[in-house]
Amino acid sequence: MTSTVNRPVSKGRRAAEIGSRWLVLAVALLLWQLATEAAKNPFFPPPSEIGAAMVDLWLSGPPSQLFMTEKVAIDIVPSLLRLLGGWAAAGVIGVALGLVLGRSDKAYDYFSPTLNFLRSIPPPALIPVFLVLFPLGTPMQLATIIFGVIWPILLNTIDGAHTLDETVVDTTRSMRLSRPRFLITVVFPAALPKIFAGLRVSLSLALILMVISELTGGNSGIGDQMILAQRNFDMPEMWAGIVLLGILGYVLNALLLAVQNRVIGWHTRSKSLTGR
Amino acid sequence: MLDVTGISHTYGSGAKTHTALGSITFTVEKGEIVCIVGPSGCGKSTLLRAVSGLMPPSAGESRFMGDAIKEVPVDLAFVFQEYSKSLFAWLTVRRNVAFPLKARGMSRKERNRVVDEALESVGLADAVDKYPWQLSGGMQQRVAIARALVCQPALLLMDEPFASVDAQTRAELEDLLLDVRREYNTTVLLVTHDIDESVYLSDRVLVLSKAPSTIVATIDVTPLGPDRDQITTKETDEFVHLRGEVARLLRYGHVDEVDGQGVPARAVAE
Repeated sequence: MTSTVNRPVSKGRRAAEIGSRWLVLAVALLLWQLATEAAKNPFFPPPSEIGAAMVDLWLSGPPSQLFMTEKVAIDIVPSLLRLLGGWAAAGVIGVALGLVLGRSDKAYDYFSPTLNFLRSIPPPALIPVFLVLFPLGTPMQLATIIFGVIWPILLNTIDGAHTLDETVVDTTRSMRLSRPRFLITVVFPAALPKIFAGLRVSLSLALILMVISELTGGNSGIGDQMILAQRNFDMPEMWAGIVLLGILGYVLNALLLAVQNRVIGWHTRSKSLTGR
Repeated sequence: MLDVTGISHTYGSGAKTHTALGSITFTVEKGEIVCIVGPSGCGKSTLLRAVSGLMPPSAGESRFMGDAIKEVPVDLAFVFQEYSKSLFAWLTVRRNVAFPLKARGMSRKERNRVVDEALESVGLADAVDKYPWQLSGGMQQRVAIARALVCQPALLLMDEPFASVDAQTRAELEDLLLDVRREYNTTVLLVTHDIDESVYLSDRVLVLSKAPSTIVATIDVTPLGPDRDQITTKETDEFVHLRGEVARLLRYGHVDEVDGQGVPARAVAE
């Protein structure tokens, strides 16, 4: 993000900057279109065909449903629910655990080797285990997402809570805050910048794990739709899933960034002012 | 109010021990403002932490209103040098000052009234809705002082509170402290390395030696009177003499090793 605090940028120039960014994307799309048309390779359909497939799949419904087809409920909604549900659950568990572990020296010492080991396991490697442990479909997919994305949130929260400035701790000592109150009103907000960093890493990780889990064991969702399209040799539909995932990742990240700027604006602005 | 008996502190163990505090004994009476002045690295901050319950001392005891201090007493408040770290960056000035009151369960209406009063007395009535990082260093320290005073603590402990602001602001904050402590009737124990500051603010100055530090002398500053002024008070012979006395004690450590200028009149050797 370019800083607008110290350097006033005129509205016209800003619009031009944003416009030129989208121009690059438009040119890339155009080149993709030309290249795929020239190559005539059935595995690489031109973007126009992929776009048509996307509209056909998901946006050709009746106006009463905002043009959404029934496939939206089968492909996109379950994916989104798993993604956001798993991520949110991991967020709640990760933050709550992280605050407690981060503020207790003993717990921190005891648990950090274990946590670092668990974090080091590539989450997809556990899919075979979860396939056996949980019923196929949503339970197994949720387990994969939660277990996979909890680590960045947990470890960042621990870090944020652990590195709370001692001056703050000393100042609040005479206020006699109860433990939960101290954690919620002092440690949690102080750790928010680090928590958000963890949440963002986890969100993109959740998207990846959602697709992988749907590709391996599911009967709904974007990943499942892609596998079906691939088996039917319907390349535009397969690519439609890939493009949709890209759009989804972009939009979700943009939304989270907007929330982050609202919630921890104090952090970024105080840092930019003091130059720390 | 605060009775400190034989407090000493040693960091580390084995060959790497560092004794920061020798045996330190002193008292602070109700309504007094006492400054502890010492050379840098002499363990002033350690002393403040050890007497207040922030850190258990290696030996000795401190009593607050008669009770031995095990943990930080409720009726005690701190102001530290690093105002930017001690304030909550995510809260506005109003919410920062209201924070300890909220923890005590004071009603919203009552809280607002007390906070407005406190901010008024530190001269920040216009900055209530700003965030700490939008304020200058001096103003941030005013917020910290307001937050410390808002619970009307019996004892205010200050650790080099004005060491990080410019000289002009420092003088303003010193006067502010004298004003508000009268208004809130607070007893103050303040640690500083600045000789002028210690004499200007105090009723009594405790002079510390280098580590392992002990109290070299206790200097009575009441002859300066209760009303002080940055210019006129510092011009008086009394002030000049007292600051010279403290400086000499700091340099030589002992009253009997003075540089031929005569034995400090009011110094009482321990």
